[in-house]
Amino acid sequence: MSYTRRAWIIFHKDLLVERRSKEQTNALLFFCLLLLFLFQFALGPDRERLAAALPGLLWLGFILAGLLGLGRSFLAERENDCWEGLRLTPGDKSAIYLGKLTGNCVLMTAVEIMLVLLFALFYNVDLWTPAAPLALVLALGTLGLAAVGTLFAAMTTQVRARELLFPVLLLPAQVPVLLATVSATQALLLGQPLADVAHWLKLLAGADCVYVTIGVLTFEFVLEG
Amino acid sequence: MTHAPGWLAAVSLAAGLAAGFGYAPREAVQGNVQRIMYLHVPSVLTAYLAFGLVLLGSIGYLATRRPGWDRLAGAAGEIGVLFTGLTIVSGSIWGRPTWGTWWTWDARLTSTAMLFLIYVGYLLLRSVIDDPDARGRYAAVVGILGAVNIPIVHFSVKWWRALHQPSTILGPGPAPIDPAIEVVLFLNWVAFTLLFAYFLARRIEIARLEET
Repeated sequence: MSYTRRAWIIFHKDLLVERRSKEQTNALLFFCLLLLFLFQFALGPDRERLAAALPGLLWLGFILAGLLGLGRSFLAERENDCWEGLRLTPGDKSAIYLGKLTGNCVLMTAVEIMLVLLFALFYNVDLWTPAAPLALVLALGTLGLAAVGTLFAAMTTQVRARELLFPVLLLPAQVPVLLATVSATQALLLGQPLADVAHWLKLLAGADCVYVTIGVLTFEFVLEG
Repeated sequence: MTHAPGWLAAVSLAAGLAAGFGYAPREAVQGNVQRIMYLHVPSVLTAYLAFGLVLLGSIGYLATRRPGWDRLAGAAGEIGVLFTGLTIVSGSIWGRPTWGTWWTWDARLTSTAMLFLIYVGYLLLRSVIDDPDARGRYAAVVGILGAVNIPIVHFSVKWWRALHQPSTILGPGPAPIDPAIEVVLFLNWVAFTLLFAYFLARRIEIARLEET
């Protein structure tokens, strides 16, 4: 079985489980809706203040949803000795990582699209004009978040206090991604051209490459336990 | 034999302290407050050395699976967090009289604080895993990612501040340093490195005894 085929099987399995149970998508969408209300309550009705805080809130929403969604990526494997099954897979274990990562990216993207639509609807912001560059920022940020999140989730699934440890490990590591995406989103919402945020996009792309590479190289050591 | 670096560190620290107050001249602009530099700068250099050793120990453990590498990484991580904390605290004490504030979201301050948080997470992860091999492997993954992340954090935080406002806070001291200040700084740096070596050796020894 080829490397891509093995990654595809993992990806397909996760997607199929999610399609049949709809466990995560439903709960995460509801969670996003709740976040919107919480942000509104925290900031009050002042529209200008809300507009200024919007890029940060948007990414805070993604990160919080990511903490919940990504943290669960390996929970299914804990039951019925599925973890053993993953370990016994022949060949390079990083295929499992890439399959899981792709599945997480798809899940996160689905949640993010819903959250963006809800933001546009509830807060009456024009996200349509800068949609294309915004999608690029979103894609790069999501990959960075999911790359580290998938790796750390595989670890924390195995340890005590995993609900606590996962955010404690992931959040500080994600500061560059958060800073880059929030700054870029802010500039794009203010109507600046994509060229103005090129340095942030380069940083994000570089960070993504580094994170995915480390994930691919170290995943087999995580899977062993 | 294990006490030799400890005594060396104690003697050199005492010498560094004496030189910092006695030999080093009073800085022209900041006055005596500037003497915190002799604690602040060696602390941060020692912290970087420690995190470099975490990276080395992590790679060593994943490559060889010898527990010694993991003990090195774990011990260096603990001491690195200690010295990063010392850097932040001493910088804060320095910042209050010179900048008028205990804390500001300056690029360097923020990235040092992030460094602190990343490695506190590393220590937390170590503390919740009982199996030595799993602890070594997981900690090594976080240790490698944390170290590689340092430059990314550094640049992101730098640009983040630069985009929002130009540097309103002047860095401490003028660029051309008095040679006497440089000498005292170097002396204190040597003393801190010796202290680090002593802590590291003791901590590794304790970790070895804990495992047997």
